[in-house]
Amino acid sequence: MALDVARIRQDFPILHQEMNGHPLVYLDNAATTQKPRQVIQALVEYYEGYNANVHRGIHTLAERATEAYEGARAKIARFIGSPSPNQVIFTRNGSEGLNMIAYGWLRPRLRPGDVIITSGMEHHSNLLPWQQAALATGAQVKYVNLLPDGTLDQEHYDRLLSEGNVRFVAISGASNVLGTINPVKEMVARAHQAGAKVAVDAVQVVPHMPVNVVDWDADWIAVAGHKMLAPTGTGFLWGKMELLEEMEPTYFGGSMIAEAHLTGAKWAEPPAKFEAGTPNIADFIAFGVAVDYLTALGMENVYAHEKALTQYAWERLSAIDGVRLFGPRQPRAGLISFDVAGIHPHDLSAVLNAEGVAIRVGHHCAQPLMEILDVPATNRASFYIYNMQAEVDRLVDAILHAKEFFGV
Amino acid sequence: MNNEAQHPVNLSALYQQVILDHYKRPRNKGVVQRAVLKKHLHNPTCGDDIEVQVELGDDGKITDVKWNGRGCSISMASASMMSVALKGKTLAEAQELMRSFYSMIQGEQGNYKPLGEIQALSGVSKFPVRIKCATLAWHCLEEGIKEYEGGAKNG
Repeated sequence: MALDVARIRQDFPILHQEMNGHPLVYLDNAATTQKPRQVIQALVEYYEGYNANVHRGIHTLAERATEAYEGARAKIARFIGSPSPNQVIFTRNGSEGLNMIAYGWLRPRLRPGDVIITSGMEHHSNLLPWQQAALATGAQVKYVNLLPDGTLDQEHYDRLLSEGNVRFVAISGASNVLGTINPVKEMVARAHQAGAKVAVDAVQVVPHMPVNVVDWDADWIAVAGHKMLAPTGTGFLWGKMELLEEMEPTYFGGSMIAEAHLTGAKWAEPPAKFEAGTPNIADFIAFGVAVDYLTALGMENVYAHEKALTQYAWERLSAIDGVRLFGPRQPRAGLISFDVAGIHPHDLSAVLNAEGVAIRVGHHCAQPLMEILDVPATNRASFYIYNMQAEVDRLVDAILHAKEFFGV
Repeated sequence: MNNEAQHPVNLSALYQQVILDHYKRPRNKGVVQRAVLKKHLHNPTCGDDIEVQVELGDDGKITDVKWNGRGCSISMASASMMSVALKGKTLAEAQELMRSFYSMIQGEQGNYKPLGEIQALSGVSKFPVRIKCATLAWHCLEEGIKEYEGGAKNG
Protein backbone atom coordinates (compact mmCIF):
# COMPACT_ATOMS: atom_id res chain seq x y z
CA MET A 1 0.00 0.00 0.00
CA ALA A 2 1.35 3.39 -0.94
CA LEU A 3 2.14 5.72 1.93
CA ASP A 4 -0.24 8.65 2.38
CA VAL A 5 2.60 11.17 2.40
CA ALA A 6 0.37 14.24 2.67
CA ARG A 7 -1.15 12.84 5.84
CA ILE A 8 2.19 11.72 7.21
CA ARG A 9 3.57 15.23 6.70
CA GLN A 10 0.85 16.64 8.93
CA ASP A 11 2.39 14.67 11.81
CA PHE A 12 5.76 16.44 11.44
CA PRO A 13 5.55 20.02 12.71
CA ILE A 14 9.15 20.81 11.79
CA LEU A 15 8.54 20.28 8.08
CA HIS A 16 6.07 23.15 7.92
CA GLN A 17 8.50 26.02 8.07
CA GLU A 18 10.29 28.29 5.68
CA MET A 19 14.04 28.03 5.47
CA ASN A 20 15.76 31.09 4.05
CA GLY A 21 12.57 32.14 2.34
CA HIS A 22 11.67 28.74 0.89
CA PRO A 23 9.63 25.81 2.18
CA LEU A 24 12.06 23.48 3.98
CA VAL A 25 13.14 20.39 2.07
CA TYR A 26 14.76 18.03 4.56
CA LEU A 27 16.94 15.44 2.84
CA ASP A 28 19.35 14.60 5.65
CA ASN A 29 17.47 11.64 7.08
CA ALA A 30 20.45 9.30 7.14
CA ALA A 31 21.95 11.66 9.74
CA THR A 32 18.79 11.86 11.81
CA THR A 33 15.11 11.80 10.95
CA GLN A 34 12.50 14.28 12.05
CA LYS A 35 10.09 13.34 14.82
CA PRO A 36 6.31 13.05 14.50
CA ARG A 37 4.15 14.89 17.03
CA GLN A 38 3.12 11.53 18.54
CA VAL A 39 6.76 10.97 19.56
CA ILE A 40 7.16 14.51 20.85
CA GLN A 41 3.85 14.17 22.72
CA ALA A 42 5.07 10.98 24.39
CA LEU A 43 7.91 12.97 25.94
CA VAL A 44 5.52 15.62 27.21
CA GLU A 45 3.10 13.02 28.58
CA TYR A 46 5.87 11.28 30.47
CA TYR A 47 7.25 14.43 32.06
CA GLU A 48 3.84 15.90 32.79
CA GLY A 49 2.12 12.68 33.83
CA TYR A 50 4.36 9.94 35.17
CA ASN A 51 7.99 10.99 35.47
CA ALA A 52 9.64 8.56 37.90
CA ASN A 53 12.66 6.31 37.97
CA VAL A 54 12.27 2.82 36.59
CA HIS A 55 12.88 -0.61 38.10
CA ARG A 56 12.72 0.67 41.68
CA GLY A 57 10.14 2.06 44.00
CA ILE A 58 6.70 0.54 44.26
CA HIS A 59 4.67 3.70 43.97
CA THR A 60 2.25 4.02 41.09
CA LEU A 61 4.27 6.58 39.12
CA ALA A 62 7.33 4.32 39.17
CA GLU A 63 5.21 1.38 38.08
CA ARG A 64 3.73 3.35 35.19
CA ALA A 65 7.15 4.56 34.09
CA THR A 66 8.60 1.04 34.27
CA GLU A 67 5.68 -0.42 32.36
CA ALA A 68 6.02 2.15 29.57
CA TYR A 69 9.82 1.80 29.43
CA GLU A 70 9.72 -2.00 29.28
CA GLY A 71 6.76 -1.76 26.91
CA ALA A 72 8.97 0.11 24.47
CA ARG A 73 11.52 -2.70 24.66
CA ALA A 74 8.81 -5.24 23.84
CA LYS A 75 7.64 -3.15 20.86
CA ILE A 76 11.17 -2.94 19.49
CA ALA A 77 11.65 -6.68 20.00
CA ARG A 78 8.48 -7.42 18.00
CA PHE A 79 9.55 -4.91 15.33
CA ILE A 80 12.73 -6.87 14.55
CA GLY A 81 11.36 -10.34 15.29
CA SER A 82 13.42 -10.86 18.44
CA PRO A 83 12.51 -14.05 20.32
CA SER A 84 12.58 -12.09 23.59
CA PRO A 85 12.50 -8.42 24.66
CA ASN A 86 15.40 -9.21 26.98
CA GLN A 87 17.69 -9.40 23.97
CA VAL A 88 17.13 -5.70 23.28
CA ILE A 89 19.66 -3.55 25.16
CA PHE A 90 19.06 0.16 25.14
CA THR A 91 22.00 2.29 24.05
CA ARG A 92 22.55 5.94 23.19
CA ASN A 93 23.20 5.29 19.49
CA GLY A 94 24.65 2.77 17.09
CA SER A 95 28.24 3.44 18.10
CA GLU A 96 27.63 2.60 21.74
CA GLY A 97 26.17 -0.81 20.92
CA LEU A 98 29.14 -1.73 18.73
CA ASN A 99 31.59 -0.56 21.38
CA MET A 100 29.80 -2.69 23.97
CA ILE A 101 30.48 -5.76 21.81
CA ALA A 102 34.11 -4.71 21.32
CA TYR A 103 34.76 -4.27 25.04
CA GLY A 104 32.39 -6.84 26.52
CA TRP A 105 32.87 -9.76 24.18
CA LEU A 106 35.59 -9.32 21.58
CA ARG A 107 38.59 -7.89 23.43
CA PRO A 108 38.67 -10.55 26.18
CA ARG A 109 38.68 -13.25 23.48
CA LEU A 110 41.08 -11.85 20.89
CA ARG A 111 44.56 -13.37 20.71
CA PRO A 112 47.53 -12.32 18.57
CA GLY A 113 47.01 -13.67 15.08
CA ASP A 114 43.21 -13.63 15.31
CA VAL A 115 41.46 -11.97 12.41
CA ILE A 116 38.58 -9.51 12.29
CA ILE A 117 36.90 -8.95 8.93
CA THR A 118 35.15 -5.73 8.05
CA SER A 119 35.10 -3.55 4.94
CA GLY A 120 36.19 -0.20 3.58
CA MET A 121 32.62 1.04 3.26
CA GLU A 122 31.99 1.15 7.00
CA HIS A 123 30.95 4.12 9.06
CA HIS A 124 33.66 4.92 11.62
CA SER A 125 31.39 3.45 14.29
CA ASN A 126 31.71 0.03 12.67
CA LEU A 127 35.44 0.38 12.09
CA LEU A 128 37.20 2.09 14.99
CA PRO A 129 35.95 -0.25 17.77
CA TRP A 130 37.43 -3.23 15.88
CA GLN A 131 40.61 -1.40 14.86
CA GLN A 132 41.21 -0.44 18.48
CA ALA A 133 40.45 -3.96 19.72
CA ALA A 134 42.97 -5.35 17.23
CA LEU A 135 45.62 -2.81 18.25
CA ALA A 136 45.14 -3.68 21.91
CA THR A 137 45.37 -7.44 21.42
CA GLY A 138 47.69 -8.05 18.48
CA ALA A 139 44.82 -9.24 16.30
CA GLN A 140 44.56 -8.21 12.67
CA VAL A 141 41.80 -6.43 10.74
CA LYS A 142 41.20 -7.48 7.14
CA TYR A 143 39.00 -5.49 4.79
CA VAL A 144 36.69 -6.87 2.15
CA ASN A 145 37.37 -5.13 -1.16
CA LEU A 146 34.81 -2.96 -2.88
CA LEU A 147 33.87 -3.63 -6.48
CA PRO A 148 33.67 -0.65 -8.86
CA ASP A 149 29.85 -0.61 -8.55
CA GLY A 150 30.11 -0.01 -4.80
CA THR A 151 29.16 -3.52 -3.69
CA LEU A 152 31.34 -5.79 -1.59
CA ASP A 153 33.51 -8.30 -3.44
CA GLN A 154 31.93 -11.52 -2.15
CA GLU A 155 34.68 -13.70 -3.62
CA HIS A 156 37.25 -11.68 -1.73
CA TYR A 157 35.14 -12.07 1.42
CA ASP A 158 35.16 -15.85 0.97
CA ARG A 159 38.90 -15.78 0.42
CA LEU A 160 39.46 -13.82 3.63
CA LEU A 161 37.26 -16.26 5.53
CA SER A 162 39.15 -19.24 4.11
CA GLU A 163 42.52 -17.79 5.19
CA GLY A 164 41.59 -18.85 8.72
CA ASN A 165 41.70 -17.52 12.29
CA VAL A 166 38.66 -15.33 11.66
CA ARG A 167 37.04 -14.77 15.00
CA PHE A 168 34.76 -11.87 14.20
CA VAL A 169 33.05 -10.22 11.24
CA ALA A 170 31.52 -6.72 11.32
CA ILE A 171 29.49 -5.60 8.33
CA SER A 172 26.91 -2.95 7.70
CA GLY A 173 23.45 -3.86 6.50
CA ALA A 174 23.58 -0.84 4.21
CA SER A 175 26.27 1.74 3.52
CA ASN A 176 25.49 5.26 4.73
CA VAL A 177 27.42 6.68 1.77
CA LEU A 178 27.04 4.27 -1.15
CA GLY A 179 23.55 3.11 -0.28
CA THR A 180 24.69 -0.45 -1.00
CA ILE A 181 22.48 -3.05 0.64
CA ASN A 182 24.71 -5.92 1.66
CA PRO A 183 23.53 -9.55 1.52
CA VAL A 184 23.54 -9.86 5.30
CA LYS A 185 21.94 -13.27 5.62
CA GLU A 186 24.37 -14.91 3.20
CA MET A 187 27.42 -13.15 4.65
CA VAL A 188 26.40 -14.18 8.17
CA ALA A 189 25.95 -17.80 7.14
CA ARG A 190 29.39 -17.94 5.52
CA ALA A 191 31.02 -16.32 8.55
CA HIS A 192 29.38 -18.88 10.82
CA GLN A 193 30.66 -21.70 8.62
CA ALA A 194 34.13 -20.26 9.17
CA GLY A 195 33.53 -20.25 12.93
CA ALA A 196 33.27 -16.46 13.30
CA LYS A 197 30.68 -14.40 15.13
CA VAL A 198 29.02 -11.54 13.27
CA ALA A 199 27.91 -8.05 14.27
CA VAL A 200 25.75 -6.10 11.84
CA ASP A 201 25.63 -2.33 11.83
CA ALA A 202 21.95 -2.14 10.96
CA VAL A 203 21.63 1.60 11.48
CA GLN A 204 20.74 2.30 7.84
CA VAL A 205 18.53 -0.77 7.46
CA VAL A 206 16.12 -1.22 10.36
CA PRO A 207 14.54 2.26 9.89
CA HIS A 208 13.92 1.63 6.21
CA MET A 209 12.89 -1.96 5.49
CA PRO A 210 11.54 -5.06 7.20
CA VAL A 211 14.23 -6.84 9.22
CA ASN A 212 13.91 -10.13 11.05
CA VAL A 213 16.85 -10.92 13.30
CA VAL A 214 16.07 -14.64 13.39
CA ASP A 215 16.11 -14.77 9.60
CA TRP A 216 19.41 -12.83 9.43
CA ASP A 217 20.91 -15.05 12.13
CA ALA A 218 23.53 -12.39 12.99
CA ASP A 219 24.95 -12.57 16.49
CA TRP A 220 24.43 -8.90 17.24
CA ILE A 221 22.85 -5.96 15.48
CA ALA A 222 23.20 -2.28 16.39
CA VAL A 223 20.52 0.31 15.60
CA ALA A 224 20.07 4.05 16.22
CA GLY A 225 16.57 5.11 17.29
CA HIS A 226 17.01 8.72 16.26
CA LYS A 227 17.33 7.61 12.65
CA MET A 228 13.85 6.07 12.85
CA LEU A 229 11.66 8.87 14.23
CA ALA A 230 12.76 8.49 17.87
CA PRO A 231 14.51 11.16 19.96
CA THR A 232 18.28 11.59 19.85
CA GLY A 233 20.12 9.66 22.53
CA THR A 234 18.31 6.42 21.68
CA GLY A 235 19.50 3.23 20.05
CA PHE A 236 19.72 -0.43 20.83
CA LEU A 237 21.97 -3.43 20.64
CA TRP A 238 20.28 -6.73 19.94
CA GLY A 239 22.14 -9.96 20.59
CA LYS A 240 21.67 -13.70 20.78
CA MET A 241 20.89 -14.59 24.37
CA GLU A 242 23.78 -16.98 24.86
CA LEU A 243 26.20 -14.29 23.70
CA LEU A 244 24.62 -11.62 25.88
CA GLU A 245 25.09 -14.03 28.78
CA GLU A 246 28.76 -14.48 27.90
CA MET A 247 29.35 -10.78 27.27
CA GLU A 248 30.76 -8.64 30.08
CA PRO A 249 29.06 -5.34 30.93
CA THR A 250 30.85 -2.17 29.77
CA TYR A 251 29.43 0.04 32.52
CA PHE A 252 29.10 -0.85 36.18
CA GLY A 253 26.85 0.62 38.83
CA GLY A 254 23.19 0.89 39.71
CA SER A 255 20.53 -1.42 38.28
CA MET A 256 22.92 -3.89 36.69
CA ILE A 257 23.60 -6.32 39.53
CA ALA A 258 21.96 -9.44 40.92
CA GLU A 259 23.90 -8.97 44.13
CA ALA A 260 26.74 -6.75 45.28
CA HIS A 261 29.12 -7.21 48.21
CA LEU A 262 32.26 -5.53 49.42
CA THR A 263 34.16 -8.43 47.90
CA GLY A 264 32.52 -8.38 44.47
CA ALA A 265 29.25 -8.61 42.59
CA LYS A 266 27.15 -10.76 40.30
CA TRP A 267 25.48 -9.32 37.27
CA ALA A 268 21.78 -9.18 36.63
CA GLU A 269 20.35 -11.00 33.62
CA PRO A 270 20.32 -9.20 30.25
CA PRO A 271 19.24 -6.56 29.44
CA ALA A 272 19.61 -5.06 32.96
CA LYS A 273 23.23 -6.26 33.07
CA PHE A 274 24.08 -3.77 30.31
CA GLU A 275 22.04 -0.81 31.48
CA ALA A 276 23.85 0.62 34.49
CA GLY A 277 22.38 3.73 36.03
CA THR A 278 19.15 5.58 35.43
CA PRO A 279 18.38 5.23 31.75
CA ASN A 280 17.03 7.74 29.25
CA ILE A 281 13.48 6.78 30.26
CA ALA A 282 11.38 9.35 28.42
CA ASP A 283 13.25 9.02 25.15
CA PHE A 284 12.97 5.25 25.08
CA ILE A 285 9.26 5.43 25.80
CA ALA A 286 9.06 7.78 22.83
CA PHE A 287 11.19 5.31 20.83
CA GLY A 288 8.40 2.80 21.44
CA VAL A 289 5.91 5.29 20.03
CA ALA A 290 8.12 5.79 16.97
CA VAL A 291 8.08 2.03 16.44
CA ASP A 292 4.27 2.07 16.74
CA TYR A 293 4.19 4.75 14.06
CA LEU A 294 6.37 2.77 11.64
CA THR A 295 4.54 -0.47 12.41
CA ALA A 296 1.23 1.18 11.54
CA LEU A 297 2.67 2.35 8.20
CA GLY A 298 4.09 -1.09 7.50
CA MET A 299 7.80 -1.49 6.81
CA GLU A 300 7.12 -3.05 3.40
CA ASN A 301 5.32 0.17 2.49
CA VAL A 302 8.11 2.33 3.91
CA TYR A 303 10.64 0.45 1.82
CA ALA A 304 8.52 0.65 -1.34
CA HIS A 305 8.08 4.40 -0.87
CA GLU A 306 11.78 5.05 -0.40
CA LYS A 307 12.68 2.76 -3.26
CA ALA A 308 10.40 4.58 -5.69
CA LEU A 309 11.58 7.99 -4.52
CA THR A 310 15.25 7.01 -4.66
CA GLN A 311 14.80 5.62 -8.15
CA TYR A 312 13.17 8.86 -9.23
CA ALA A 313 16.00 10.87 -7.66
CA TRP A 314 18.58 8.64 -9.33
CA GLU A 315 17.05 9.29 -12.74
CA ARG A 316 16.74 13.04 -12.24
CA LEU A 317 20.21 13.50 -10.71
CA SER A 318 21.99 11.36 -13.28
CA ALA A 319 20.44 13.46 -16.04
CA ILE A 320 22.31 16.55 -14.79
CA ASP A 321 25.50 17.27 -16.69
CA GLY A 322 28.56 16.83 -14.48
CA VAL A 323 26.78 14.93 -11.71
CA ARG A 324 28.35 11.64 -10.70
CA LEU A 325 26.42 9.21 -8.50
CA PHE A 326 28.15 6.75 -6.16
CA GLY A 327 27.16 3.17 -5.44
CA PRO A 328 24.90 0.68 -7.18
CA ARG A 329 21.69 1.80 -8.84
CA GLN A 330 19.63 -1.06 -7.43
CA PRO A 331 19.14 -2.40 -4.90
CA ARG A 332 20.02 0.53 -2.70
CA ALA A 333 19.00 2.13 0.56
CA GLY A 334 17.03 5.40 0.41
CA LEU A 335 20.01 7.69 -0.03
CA ILE A 336 22.20 8.91 -2.86
CA SER A 337 25.73 10.31 -2.62
CA PHE A 338 26.92 12.36 -5.53
CA ASP A 339 29.33 15.01 -6.62
CA VAL A 340 28.97 17.85 -9.06
CA ALA A 341 31.99 18.54 -11.28
CA GLY A 342 33.57 21.88 -10.40
CA ILE A 343 31.55 22.48 -7.23
CA HIS A 344 32.91 21.45 -3.87
CA PRO A 345 30.24 19.88 -1.62
CA HIS A 346 30.50 22.78 0.85
CA ASP A 347 29.77 25.26 -1.90
CA LEU A 348 26.91 23.17 -3.24
CA SER A 349 25.40 22.83 0.20
CA ALA A 350 25.62 26.59 0.75
CA VAL A 351 23.60 27.24 -2.40
CA LEU A 352 21.11 24.48 -1.61
CA ASN A 353 20.71 25.79 1.92
CA ALA A 354 19.97 29.26 0.60
CA GLU A 355 17.10 27.62 -1.28
CA GLY A 356 15.84 25.75 1.79
CA VAL A 357 17.21 22.35 0.77
CA ALA A 358 19.06 20.51 3.56
CA ILE A 359 21.47 17.77 2.53
CA ARG A 360 24.57 16.38 4.18
CA VAL A 361 28.01 17.14 2.81
CA GLY A 362 31.36 15.90 4.01
CA HIS A 363 32.94 12.52 4.63
CA HIS A 364 29.86 11.06 6.36
CA CYS A 365 32.04 9.52 9.08
CA ALA A 366 33.50 7.22 6.43
CA GLN A 367 36.93 8.68 5.67
CA PRO A 368 38.46 5.39 4.49
CA LEU A 369 35.67 5.13 1.92
CA MET A 370 36.36 8.70 0.74
CA GLU A 371 39.97 7.61 0.16
CA ILE A 372 38.81 4.56 -1.79
CA LEU A 373 36.49 6.73 -3.90
CA ASP A 374 39.29 9.32 -4.15
CA VAL A 375 37.05 12.24 -3.28
CA PRO A 376 37.57 14.72 -0.42
CA ALA A 377 33.87 14.70 0.38
CA THR A 378 30.50 13.98 -1.20
CA ASN A 379 27.00 15.39 -1.19
CA ARG A 380 24.31 13.08 0.15
CA ALA A 381 20.54 13.30 -0.15
CA SER A 382 18.70 10.80 2.04
CA PHE A 383 14.98 10.17 2.08
CA TYR A 384 12.30 9.09 4.49
CA ILE A 385 8.59 8.52 4.79
CA TYR A 386 7.63 12.20 4.47
CA ASN A 387 9.69 13.06 1.39
CA MET A 388 8.03 13.64 -1.98
CA GLN A 389 8.96 13.75 -5.64
CA ALA A 390 8.38 17.49 -5.60
CA GLU A 391 11.21 17.76 -3.07
CA VAL A 392 13.54 15.81 -5.34
CA ASP A 393 12.61 18.35 -8.03
CA ARG A 394 13.56 21.18 -5.65
CA LEU A 395 16.91 19.47 -5.04
CA VAL A 396 17.53 19.15 -8.77
CA ASP A 397 16.55 22.79 -9.43
CA ALA A 398 18.87 23.98 -6.67
CA ILE A 399 21.76 21.96 -8.11
CA LEU A 400 21.12 23.56 -11.51
CA HIS A 401 21.13 26.99 -9.87
CA ALA A 402 24.43 26.17 -8.15
CA LYS A 403 25.94 25.17 -11.47
CA GLU A 404 24.80 28.47 -12.91
CA PHE A 405 26.12 30.38 -9.91
CA PHE A 406 29.59 28.84 -10.07
CA GLY A 407 29.63 28.86 -13.85
CA VAL A 408 30.18 25.13 -14.35
CA MET B 1 11.44 41.91 10.87
CA ASN B 2 14.16 43.25 8.64
CA ASN B 3 15.14 41.65 5.40
CA GLU B 4 18.29 40.11 6.74
CA ALA B 5 16.45 38.27 9.51
CA GLN B 6 13.95 36.91 7.02
CA HIS B 7 16.68 35.79 4.66
CA PRO B 8 19.70 35.19 6.86
CA VAL B 9 21.49 33.39 4.05
CA ASN B 10 22.69 35.95 1.58
CA LEU B 11 24.70 34.07 -1.00
CA SER B 12 26.15 37.10 -2.72
CA ALA B 13 27.51 38.29 0.63
CA LEU B 14 29.40 35.01 0.97
CA TYR B 15 30.42 34.59 -2.63
CA GLN B 16 31.47 38.02 -3.84
CA GLN B 17 32.62 38.27 -7.44
CA VAL B 18 36.27 38.65 -6.48
CA ILE B 19 36.07 35.35 -4.56
CA LEU B 20 34.54 33.52 -7.49
CA ASP B 21 37.18 35.07 -9.73
CA HIS B 22 40.07 33.81 -7.58
CA TYR B 23 38.36 30.41 -7.36
CA LYS B 24 38.02 30.09 -11.12
CA ARG B 25 41.40 31.66 -11.95
CA PRO B 26 43.59 30.81 -8.97
CA ARG B 27 46.80 32.91 -8.72
CA ASN B 28 50.21 31.56 -7.73
CA LYS B 29 49.45 27.87 -7.80
CA GLY B 30 52.54 25.70 -7.81
CA VAL B 31 55.82 25.54 -5.92
CA VAL B 32 58.48 28.21 -5.32
CA GLN B 33 62.10 27.70 -6.36
CA ARG B 34 63.68 27.80 -2.92
CA ALA B 35 61.09 27.33 -0.20
CA VAL B 36 62.32 28.85 3.05
CA LEU B 37 59.15 27.84 4.76
CA LYS B 38 56.39 25.53 3.72
CA LYS B 39 53.45 24.03 5.47
CA HIS B 40 50.80 21.51 4.48
CA LEU B 41 47.50 21.46 6.40
CA HIS B 42 44.34 19.44 6.06
CA ASN B 43 40.85 20.13 7.32
CA PRO B 44 39.37 16.68 7.88
CA THR B 45 35.79 17.86 8.32
CA CYS B 46 35.49 19.03 4.73
CA GLY B 47 38.55 17.55 3.09
CA ASP B 48 40.18 20.90 2.30
CA ASP B 49 43.89 20.44 1.78
CA ILE B 50 46.44 23.20 1.23
CA GLU B 51 50.20 23.58 1.09
CA VAL B 52 51.78 27.02 1.16
CA GLN B 53 55.41 27.70 0.21
CA VAL B 54 57.25 30.96 0.81
CA GLU B 55 60.56 32.20 -0.60
CA LEU B 56 62.46 35.00 1.16
CA GLY B 57 64.90 37.50 -0.31
CA ASP B 58 68.16 38.59 1.34
CA ASP B 59 66.38 41.68 2.63
CA GLY B 60 63.92 39.47 4.56
CA LYS B 61 61.07 40.28 2.23
CA ILE B 62 58.84 37.65 0.69
CA THR B 63 59.88 37.25 -2.94
CA ASP B 64 57.49 34.49 -3.88
CA VAL B 65 54.48 32.63 -2.49
CA LYS B 66 53.00 29.57 -4.11
CA TRP B 67 50.31 27.18 -2.99
CA ASN B 68 48.65 23.95 -3.97
CA GLY B 69 45.56 22.23 -2.76
CA ARG B 70 42.00 21.24 -3.21
CA GLY B 71 38.88 22.33 -1.46
CA CYS B 72 35.87 24.59 -1.59
CA SER B 73 35.77 27.96 -3.32
CA ILE B 74 36.25 29.83 -0.05
CA SER B 75 39.43 27.96 0.89
CA MET B 76 40.89 28.13 -2.61
CA ALA B 77 40.05 31.81 -3.14
CA SER B 78 41.46 32.65 0.28
CA ALA B 79 44.75 30.90 -0.52
CA SER B 80 44.92 32.64 -3.88
CA MET B 81 44.25 36.11 -2.44
CA MET B 82 46.69 35.55 0.39
CA SER B 83 49.44 34.57 -2.03
CA VAL B 84 48.97 37.84 -3.90
CA ALA B 85 48.89 39.95 -0.75
CA LEU B 86 52.02 38.50 0.83
CA LYS B 87 54.53 39.31 -1.90
CA GLY B 88 56.96 42.02 -0.92
CA LYS B 89 56.04 41.84 2.77
CA THR B 90 58.40 40.97 5.61
CA LEU B 91 57.38 38.04 7.81
CA ALA B 92 56.43 40.51 10.55
CA GLU B 93 54.20 42.39 8.12
CA ALA B 94 52.73 39.10 6.93
CA GLN B 95 51.87 38.18 10.49
CA GLU B 96 50.26 41.55 11.05
CA LEU B 97 48.12 40.97 7.98
CA MET B 98 47.27 37.52 9.28
CA ARG B 99 46.12 38.83 12.65
CA SER B 100 44.03 41.42 10.89
CA PHE B 101 42.49 38.71 8.69
CA TYR B 102 41.69 36.53 11.71
CA SER B 103 39.85 39.31 13.48
CA MET B 104 37.91 40.23 10.34
CA ILE B 105 36.87 36.63 9.78
CA GLN B 106 35.70 36.39 13.40
CA GLY B 107 33.36 39.28 12.69
CA GLU B 108 35.19 41.82 14.89
CA GLN B 109 34.86 45.50 14.03
CA GLY B 110 37.99 47.14 12.71
CA ASN B 111 39.73 48.86 9.87
CA TYR B 112 40.52 46.16 7.36
CA LYS B 113 41.48 48.40 4.44
CA PRO B 114 45.09 47.10 4.49
CA LEU B 115 43.69 43.67 3.57
CA GLY B 116 42.64 45.05 0.18
CA GLU B 117 40.54 42.65 -1.89
CA ILE B 118 40.76 40.07 0.89
CA GLN B 119 38.04 42.12 2.57
CA ALA B 120 35.67 40.32 0.21
CA LEU B 121 35.94 37.37 2.62
CA SER B 122 34.46 39.37 5.50
CA GLY B 123 31.04 37.84 4.70
CA VAL B 124 32.38 34.47 5.81
CA SER B 125 32.10 35.62 9.43
CA LYS B 126 28.32 35.17 9.08
CA PHE B 127 28.82 31.50 8.15
CA PRO B 128 30.63 29.98 11.15
CA VAL B 129 31.17 26.56 9.56
CA ARG B 130 33.04 28.18 6.69
CA ILE B 131 35.52 30.13 8.82
CA LYS B 132 37.82 27.10 8.87
CA CYS B 133 37.79 27.07 5.06
CA ALA B 134 38.82 30.71 4.83
CA THR B 135 41.58 30.44 7.43
CA LEU B 136 43.27 27.22 6.27
CA ALA B 137 45.84 28.89 3.99
CA TRP B 138 46.56 31.49 6.66
CA HIS B 139 47.08 28.75 9.23
CA CYS B 140 49.66 27.26 6.84
CA LEU B 141 51.43 30.61 6.84
CA GLU B 142 51.15 30.97 10.61
CA GLU B 143 52.57 27.54 11.39
CA GLY B 144 55.13 27.76 8.62
CA ILE B 145 56.50 30.99 10.10
CA LYS B 146 56.50 29.47 13.59
CA GLU B 147 58.51 26.47 12.39
CA TYR B 148 60.86 28.67 10.38
CA GLU B 149 61.52 30.97 13.32
CA GLY B 150 61.89 28.00 15.70
CA GLY B 151 64.37 26.46 13.28
CA ALA B 152 66.26 29.74 12.85
CA LYS B 153 66.59 30.13 16.62
CA ASN B 154 67.67 26.54 17.14
CA GLY B 155 69.91 26.51 14.10
